[in-house]
Amino acid sequence: MIRVRRRPRSVLSGRKGTPRSESLQIRSPEKSEVWPESYYGIFLTGEALVASTEISQLDFEKNEGLKLSIDELKQIATTLRKNIIKMTTAANSGHPSSSLSAVEVVTALYFGGFMNYDAKNPGWPERDRFVLSKGHAVPVLYAAMAEAGFFSEDQLSTLRKLGSPLEGHPNLKRLPGIEASTGSLGQGLSIGLGQALAARVDKTSSKVFVVIGDGEMGEGQIWEALASAAKYKVGNLTAIIDQNGYQQTGSTKEVLDMGDFQKKIEPFGWHVQTISGNSMEEVVEALKTAESITDRPKMIVSKTKKGDGILPLLEEAGDTNFHGKPLPPAMAEKALAMLS
Amino acid sequence: MALGEASGLKLGQATRDAFGDALKDLGSEYKDVVTVDGDVGNSTRTEPFAQAFPDRAFNVGIAESNMVSVAGGLASSGKTSVVASFAAFLLCNAYDQIRMSVAFPALNVKLVGSHAGISIGEDGPSQMGIEDVALACSLPGVVVMVPCDAVSTKAATKAMLDHKGPTYLRLGRPKAPAVYQGGCDFEIGKAITLKKGDDITLIANGLMVPAALDAATELEKKGHSVRVIDMHTVKPIDEEAIIAAAKETGKIVVAEEHLSHGGLGSAVSMVVCENSPVPVAFVNLGDTFAESGDGDGLLEKYGLTSNEIVKAAEGLLS
Ligand SMILES: Cc1ncc(C[n+]2csc(CCOP(=O)(O)OP(=O)(O)O)c2C)c(N)n1
Ligand SMILES: [Mg+2]
Repeated sequence: MIRVRRRPRSVLSGRKGTPRSESLQIRSPEKSEVWPESYYGIFLTGEALVASTEISQLDFEKNEGLKLSIDELKQIATTLRKNIIKMTTAANSGHPSSSLSAVEVVTALYFGGFMNYDAKNPGWPERDRFVLSKGHAVPVLYAAMAEAGFFSEDQLSTLRKLGSPLEGHPNLKRLPGIEASTGSLGQGLSIGLGQALAARVDKTSSKVFVVIGDGEMGEGQIWEALASAAKYKVGNLTAIIDQNGYQQTGSTKEVLDMGDFQKKIEPFGWHVQTISGNSMEEVVEALKTAESITDRPKMIVSKTKKGDGILPLLEEAGDTNFHGKPLPPAMAEKALAMLS
Repeated sequence: MALGEASGLKLGQATRDAFGDALKDLGSEYKDVVTVDGDVGNSTRTEPFAQAFPDRAFNVGIAESNMVSVAGGLASSGKTSVVASFAAFLLCNAYDQIRMSVAFPALNVKLVGSHAGISIGEDGPSQMGIEDVALACSLPGVVVMVPCDAVSTKAATKAMLDHKGPTYLRLGRPKAPAVYQGGCDFEIGKAITLKKGDDITLIANGLMVPAALDAATELEKKGHSVRVIDMHTVKPIDEEAIIAAAKETGKIVVAEEHLSHGGLGSAVSMVVCENSPVPVAFVNLGDTFAESGDGDGLLEKYGLTSNEIVKAAEGLLS
């Protein structure tokens, strides 16, 4: 199998030590300048995805089996955090705290050597797939995709704006590289299971990764998917519960306490690990372990903090859930400084 | 008198059986086709396909939401997913999954709902899909097909697999009168005129097509010239055929085995009102659930008969 990997921008461009501009004033180019016309059309599966080859503005080298060091991954994680805050504050809406808790997982998947993809050919059939079932956290995915070269970092500033394919929730019709249109919670694990089964039918080695919210685990459909994935012993499916302890109206303890996910999910026939999900070391280790298991589906219960990286600011604001609202500009400035 | 008898039609296969046979027959040529079942494959008739192609058939258990999203996932990876259940369970239990995992991403998922209408009989209202067409039509970009007999269902099955994008195929449980004998020139969105006539047009789909043919026979005896149209595709609807019928015959009766709201009657009315307003009468289930009983008895009791079509037509003709 061909393995195509691309070096993430911040590592490749040698910006390691150089401080990045922390201005909130992200360039806001004309939409026509940023997104080619083809982005307005309907992308049916397979076909139009190829159109995206033009959008990657940086020329990445092909790189076999790229695996960044933990330090490099942490550096990327910081870039993603900053971009999550910048783009949601610029959009004056969105879910930054839900995005921040999942940064380590998404960073490790895209840049830690766990996922095969080609940012210049997002429709490559044998690619691995990432499904963000908790679609409202899509800023973390857009930030990772920009970093990976699916599109340019400048384009992040068009989040949620008219004409931009960076919609408020992932839309596969409009943005190549998005593998599932989500936003109605509960469906991503089933979609990922379908993709994992398709790889089995096609006899490819594609793997599928699904990120689910802990509040989202209240959806019955997820438990349907847990059962049927175990039936089909999909060893190419890994799910991660981003257990940040909060959902929309309060803590998961108050709203719907599901107890110990590991104890509940293991008996379904899944391989389950529980980790500290804002620790890059633990995330990378857990993904390695999951990679080594191929006879059944794998779950990583990733205990995280909603708003990880800027928690003191959320505490100061008196809201450690901070669900579904952007940081006001002054708070965002402080957050960027805190992350630097 | 049994459906289709007055117009000399013989009973043929049920549409679900015709679908099952066609799917299995097309299976070796259409290599991308996979099926996803929710423990009803022996009712929806995806079973023969599953037996012939076990590696391409998945049964996720009684979990329609999961079933539909799994089909979406398979389709997003290039498969043509055929996902079948009872019309009621598919459309009602998994409506949001159809919306988000199928229609919105415009994936190549073929929704198939069997046991549609009240003619399923004894199992009763919980199993009867009476609102499925309305629900399917409400989703942007979904093609909605209601074939009337075995021959047209086989053709519809092929057309559905050839179509790129989401579709809904509505199937019935009981044996259906064979409207088409030699073959059927089935094209999505293109109505088939079964009888030419100038005084009135009967537009029908599904089991109401043979009922409309019977009604036409009766009306012709009374000296009327009746056009009969098999409107097998509700969406996209054949506007041209409807406008021509309105202009040329001036009166239309729409008959369907479905609730009054959101089905074929609604779709035809929109075209008529906008383009060529003429009187339209409706024969359908109305605004009610049905009950248990034998299928023919139910059709009779709830007014889904050729007699009702005749009455509606005479109301317009008088
Ligand atoms: C089916 C559905 N119901 C409700 C919502 C509204 N909603 C959006 S995010 C959210 C809370 C999600 O909590 P969780 O899964 O824990 O994700 P977090 O934001 O904590 O990462 C809710 C209720 C939705 N998007 N979909
Ligand atoms: Mg949560």
